[in-house]
Amino acid sequence: MTQTINTTCPYCGVGCGVNATVSASNRHIQIKGDQSHPANFGRLCSKGSALGETVGLAERLLEPRINGQTASWEAALDLVADTLLKTIAAHGKDSVAIYGSGQLLTEDYYVANKLMKGFIGNANIDTNSRLCMSSSVAGHKRAFGSDTVPGCYADFEHADLIVLIGSNTAWCHPVSFQRIRAAKEANPRLKIVVIDPRRTATCDIADLHLPLAAGSDTTLFNGLLKHLSASALADGYIRHHTQGFAEALTAASSADMAQVAADCLLNPADVALFFAWFTATEKVMSLYSQGVNQSTSGTDKVNAIINCHLATGRIGKPGMGPFSLTGQPNAMGGREVGGLSHQLAAHMDFATPGDINRVARFWQTDNIPAQGGLPAVALFDAIYEGKVKAVWIMGTNPVVSLPNADKVKQALQRCDFVVVSDCIADTDTTALAHVLLPAQGWSEKNGTVTNSERRISRQRSLFNGAGNAKPDWWIICQVAQRMGFGEAFAFQHPVEIFREHAALSGFENHGSRDFDISAFADISLTDYDDLQPVQWPVNAANPHGTARLFADGRFFTPSGKAQFIAITPRPPANLPDTDYPLILNTGRLRDQWHTMTRTALASQLNQHKPEPFVEVHPTDAERFGLLHNSLATLESRWGNMTARVHITDGQKPGNLFVPMHWTAHYASHGRMGALVNPAVDPVSKQPECKHTPARIRTYPAAWYGFILARQPLTLSGTAYWVKVKGEQFYRYELAGEHLPTTWQAWAQNQLGEDGTGQWQEYQDASNGNYRAARLVGQQLDCVVFIATHPNLPERNWLTSLFVKAALSDAERRALLTGKPPLGVADVGTIVCACFNVGEKTIRTAIQEQGLKTPQEVGRCLKAGTNCGSCVPEVKALLG
Amino acid sequence: MKKRLVVIGNGMAGMRTVEELLAAAPDQYEITVFGAEPYGNYNRILLSSVLCGEKNLGDIVINDREWYDHHGIRLHAGETKAVVRIDRAKKQVHAQDGTSAAYDRLLIATGSNAVKPALPGNDLAGVVSFRDIADVKTMLAYSRSHSKAVVLGGGLLGLEAANGLVQRGMDVTVVHNNEVLLNRQLDKPAAKLLQAALVKRGIHFKMAAQTQALLSDAQGHIRAVSFTDGSELPCDIFVMAVGVRPNISLAQQAGLYCERGIVVNDTLQSYDPSIYAVGECIQHRGDTFGLVAPLFEQAKVCANHLSADGTAHYLTLPTATKLKVTGINLFSVGNFLGDAHSETIHFTDATLGVYKKLVIKAGKLVGAVLYGDTADGSWYQELLEQGQDIAGIREGLVFGKQYVGIG
Repeated sequence: MTQTINTTCPYCGVGCGVNATVSASNRHIQIKGDQSHPANFGRLCSKGSALGETVGLAERLLEPRINGQTASWEAALDLVADTLLKTIAAHGKDSVAIYGSGQLLTEDYYVANKLMKGFIGNANIDTNSRLCMSSSVAGHKRAFGSDTVPGCYADFEHADLIVLIGSNTAWCHPVSFQRIRAAKEANPRLKIVVIDPRRTATCDIADLHLPLAAGSDTTLFNGLLKHLSASALADGYIRHHTQGFAEALTAASSADMAQVAADCLLNPADVALFFAWFTATEKVMSLYSQGVNQSTSGTDKVNAIINCHLATGRIGKPGMGPFSLTGQPNAMGGREVGGLSHQLAAHMDFATPGDINRVARFWQTDNIPAQGGLPAVALFDAIYEGKVKAVWIMGTNPVVSLPNADKVKQALQRCDFVVVSDCIADTDTTALAHVLLPAQGWSEKNGTVTNSERRISRQRSLFNGAGNAKPDWWIICQVAQRMGFGEAFAFQHPVEIFREHAALSGFENHGSRDFDISAFADISLTDYDDLQPVQWPVNAANPHGTARLFADGRFFTPSGKAQFIAITPRPPANLPDTDYPLILNTGRLRDQWHTMTRTALASQLNQHKPEPFVEVHPTDAERFGLLHNSLATLESRWGNMTARVHITDGQKPGNLFVPMHWTAHYASHGRMGALVNPAVDPVSKQPECKHTPARIRTYPAAWYGFILARQPLTLSGTAYWVKVKGEQFYRYELAGEHLPTTWQAWAQNQLGEDGTGQWQEYQDASNGNYRAARLVGQQLDCVVFIATHPNLPERNWLTSLFVKAALSDAERRALLTGKPPLGVADVGTIVCACFNVGEKTIRTAIQEQGLKTPQEVGRCLKAGTNCGSCVPEVKALLG
Repeated sequence: MKKRLVVIGNGMAGMRTVEELLAAAPDQYEITVFGAEPYGNYNRILLSSVLCGEKNLGDIVINDREWYDHHGIRLHAGETKAVVRIDRAKKQVHAQDGTSAAYDRLLIATGSNAVKPALPGNDLAGVVSFRDIADVKTMLAYSRSHSKAVVLGGGLLGLEAANGLVQRGMDVTVVHNNEVLLNRQLDKPAAKLLQAALVKRGIHFKMAAQTQALLSDAQGHIRAVSFTDGSELPCDIFVMAVGVRPNISLAQQAGLYCERGIVVNDTLQSYDPSIYAVGECIQHRGDTFGLVAPLFEQAKVCANHLSADGTAHYLTLPTATKLKVTGINLFSVGNFLGDAHSETIHFTDATLGVYKKLVIKAGKLVGAVLYGDTADGSWYQELLEQGQDIAGIREGLVFGKQYVGIG
């Protein structure tokens, strides 16, 4: 018995519609892109396509736990409410805090914010959106008086120039990237400029790549503003609809083109070309993401970009405008409810006169504090210092994701009372909790999310809650009721919360606030359940939503005019020096999401980049004696990590890049957050995750190795390890600084020898090579490969053997070579995660069938024909 | 007039030399062959196969009497045709029955005799060697009428004898004075695998055993073997397979210089320049021989010189060992035990019964033991003989030729 339900993908801010065919009896879903959803029109990326693999129960938190022991909901909720009350009684209101997530649904977020700001009465609620787009929020607010994304995805199809700034769209927003690619194919005039220190997969569609010096964006856009002032100014627009232009231009006056190129370490001709294109193209969009936001100049960068659009009047009309690509599925929803500590609710804030009073009347409370609370980095500092004594973390993993993450870990270790609501049992953060509350995950929870283009979509339940897992809104309301706030939290269904949220957005609004969904204030349950994706504002004036704002040149500032912000470029907070001569950059990978708690459950997503790595420019590799595929330890003043060395000239000399995803759950030394400097933007308080001075040295490995095992292992005495889930196996990449006495004993110890298996062994002791395999019956149970160098055989063929019920004799004899017996294809590293197509398969097809284009490769092997995000790699293979 | 070549010994080494000679210089010699067995020339190596019933005597004949006639070779074969004296001064040989032949060149290929251990009772009835067709016939006769056999010696010959007798339905125990079977060809792990495989076939083993005496029944027939540990094993037939010794009595009697064997130079000439020697009876640069491969190489070199071409030199190459027991694959070559300066690569799959050990020295393969999977034995032997540098193929080496240089 199956049923097809439309829902929304829980990963990035593109907010794709998902068509899930659900078979509830065996908890199985088949995933397809929703053809009718305006964010994706049926497309899904590799992560979205693999959602079906992440709904298993193996890693789930299914019962409340108190100090590691299973507990009833009654006991857990009572303990949380009691402890919060006692802590407040003993240490004051400011001694408690909530740290939420851009993956909470709007309804969850709303009640969490209402509880903290409206009833507990402090504003110590912040979220991981602080790490993601708070600079955009602040930049929008400064320029527009509201946190408004003016345009929409459909603008991609109208634009003649798209500038991607600090965004590896190809990997981080793959479906939007594919839409831009398609737009470019349909519109030959459309030019793409990528501004990023790294040459990323996004550059695949770029007409021009500007590999600017890390953190120099404000210089570049000041230069652009100055350049525009010479010939392309929209004088009338500036006069009628903006303020502050003169000051902004004065601040940019020193930025002549040659100086800009020198300061940004760019080729002057490239800068000139970019300026010329921007000047000449009316329909220009500036899409930006974490490379802009995650900076101590993040807010200035956003405004430097917006300045150029205001100066040309290119905003609010089809095919033009600044456009923030949000990172998380519901970062926008979080902003709407006021989930950041400086926001109040429904795009009202502490700083705007009357807002506190208005919200207090609406909520019927007099507990709202007079000012904002602690933003993420400061919040965890306060926990570390013992000022905040009880913290409730919801749906996020700050021990991995926050800057100076080792200090965050210590903060939680010191904290008197840590509550974590999560759907996953074992994360780096749940490990430090006193109380664990099992939250429903995607596929169970029911509510709304808002994507980058202000589009509200429904995330619907596909299954009943697993075990004793409950919706976040329910958990929060239960605690609120036990704290004595029952009346304000008497919600029985998310639609009731949504109605209140909608009502608040329209409350005394009268067009004074951008966020207005008052059309939904009385929505029926049926209409809520059937809600079609819609862009806010949705109110009496715009009952079907609003594609673009600001077309009329009216803004939400007191004057109604947009504000230019005078930008004086500042360098990043911490600059490289002789001790830490390199710049560490961090970011996402194509097939993983955040701290991998869900994506790493999907075998097919773990194959593209199975291990933490560091990208190093060849000259730096030479300078620091690093070999490709060896391991290196990276250190900053805040912490260290160890990662596989990838040498690539896509990296700028002097810059390192590491992926943000690995946790202590999946790697011994892969947490990049430990290194990241906790410097924050003075306005947005967003941390500078893209720029930390660091150094790198070869990890002194005496040996390298890997284990593939059918069952997960408890490793001991292995200095470096990475765990990767695969199809019926777990892969462990290993290295150590000391050789064991005998490899045989070591292997049997790691693999838990019980005498039932049949061993195959290969040993070349003087060469430092040891390999072993264990079979149970005819089936492969595990393999171990050890060498003194990192260049072990590719794992793909070996891993493919785990799905076989029986090994052939030839396979068995070839096992410890790591290579297939003759006649069996070795597919190589997986390039296309959607169809599991390997590099060697693609190379062979290219060679044997004379394929010339990614399209031909797609027709032949299907590679790249689903999400398309491997197309750049396919292109690279085509040479 | 043709020169006269006389060959003493109608075995594999002598006849291979004649074959090589006929190929190189068919008309150069008038050839006379003396053989103490009453047959044409047969493949002694395959006696094991005859014993275990995989082949019959006809199958193992290399050259029958017609072959000799066809090539104009005079064959004197049979017990009475055993040569008893060489008259080097007159360049003549004399057989037991008075048959004599004069030679310009003499080739001694008298082979070896089975070592008969100095045990009390070693001349009892039922005590046999495993050397020639007569021995095989004796063993086959016993296997039909008796049940218990003891084979002394866990070397190649002993194990092949034991396997044959088991195939013929006897209850067989191999007595070996070492803990390791085939200790001159295998290392301990390989020997363990071999022993386990043979135990599965029904062969019993008494290892590291010191035989004390062979015990007689009332009729002067063996009834049991006794050991220094006080134990006894009853038996109806006792097969001695503890090795062979070069058969040099005739040469010694003729005053040719001998040590353990007839000492020859690199052209297989004895100290008498008109007398050549090949096969298990010779000693070359200190080595004596027991396996067939070097014998054939000697035959080639010897024929080259007899035919007066005179360009070839004999050099002993490492010889590979194979056990002729169907279903058991083992192979060893070279310095398979290694030493303080060598490095070892191992591969084992206990369940498949595969064991491989390669010994590397100074970047070259110097020895190999293979058990269970010997497909690459000859490749290893090639690498070893050619002294090829294996550094570049070291990783795949133990897995075999097909895994080297792929990917």
